[in-house]
Amino acid sequence: MIDNPTPNGTADLSEGGDAALEAALRSSATALPDAAPPELDRLLAERAAAEELLDVAYATVDSPLGPLVVAATPRGLVRVAYTEPHTGVLEELSRKVSPRVLEAPARLDAVRRELDEYFEGRRVGFDLPLDWALTHGFTSRVLQATARIAFGSTSTYAEVASRAGSPRAVRAAGNALGANPLPVVVPCHRVLRTGGALGGYTGGLERKEYLLRLEGVLI
Amino acid sequence: MAAPLTSRRARRERLIHVKLPPFQALLEEHRVDVYRYCVATAGRSEADDCFQETWIAALRAYPKLRRATNLRAWLLRIAHNKAMDLHRSRGRRPVPVESVPERAGASPGLEDLVEEEPELWEAVRGLPPKQRTAVFCRTVLGMPYEELARLLESSHDAARRNVFEGLRTLREEGWNP
Repeated sequence: MIDNPTPNGTADLSEGGDAALEAALRSSATALPDAAPPELDRLLAERAAAEELLDVAYATVDSPLGPLVVAATPRGLVRVAYTEPHTGVLEELSRKVSPRVLEAPARLDAVRRELDEYFEGRRVGFDLPLDWALTHGFTSRVLQATARIAFGSTSTYAEVASRAGSPRAVRAAGNALGANPLPVVVPCHRVLRTGGALGGYTGGLERKEYLLRLEGVLI
Repeated sequence: MAAPLTSRRARRERLIHVKLPPFQALLEEHRVDVYRYCVATAGRSEADDCFQETWIAALRAYPKLRRATNLRAWLLRIAHNKAMDLHRSRGRRPVPVESVPERAGASPGLEDLVEEEPELWEAVRGLPPKQRTAVFCRTVLGMPYEELARLLESSHDAARRNVFEGLRTLREEGWNP
């Protein structure tokens, strides 16, 4: 049913004068603020966290590889994405973790600091608690095996498949790495093809090469 | 994140869970309307509290929502309740009618009304809660009566009546261009 919000829509109820009064109210609404003070967002995020209502906090972090969306639950870092918000990454978190998703940069200060240090070459491992909520089963096992590959060294799809308990599931291991919700921090870029070819990378091969060069694997 | 989308588990989850947008999207889409509502109905000094209480209550209830439709009416319903709570907890009385009676004699022109916005909104704040919400939603947001009825948890006719009564009171108080 379509309602006409113009003064005509209420003409049947008014005895005259309401149309002008409504117009006056509409005009005077321009004197109401057209934005909420920005600091209210920060206060809201703080209060939400204090009341345990902030299930997923996210922020955008600048990196040499472009902007990263980083998201954390109270358990730990749950998502790193080579993208900006509003590209589906928040919808994915809403659907798979919790719809209580809020931008809360202060909740990701430690993540931002460790990523900065890593990209500046001052950090070889991350000390961040991780939340594996976006991984299941074999994918989870492959990624946890991958998380143990040290800075500056590499492994192969066959090796991580084997460490995940399914030596013959090499292609599945590749898919699992492609579905890594925590790139950079869970270093799927350190997994290459047997023989040394780079293989694939969800963020694009240029990024994989950049990271391997940063770690001194490629020259 | 392609793999889980095709799994049977994910398909089942999509069927049993309502697809709610991330809360941040809701905040970005409706924060201005909610803030303006708070200023208009709770007053500037209470607006920040009204705003925060509204969004915290919304965040608390959000995952239990059965459907992701009519979210603006749902949010403004919460804001309506929070504005009433604030009025009650601060012991605020509605703006007394005596504060504007002289207008009955000399009705201001339309331009005067626009310039004297704060007083006009003060008069709106003096209306009963449902009427001030109805007048705001109708005149500022251009909200359809269907949505307003849902917000007020009333019938379509009662929603129209709240707008009508609110405007009539304002007119009787002298806000008659």
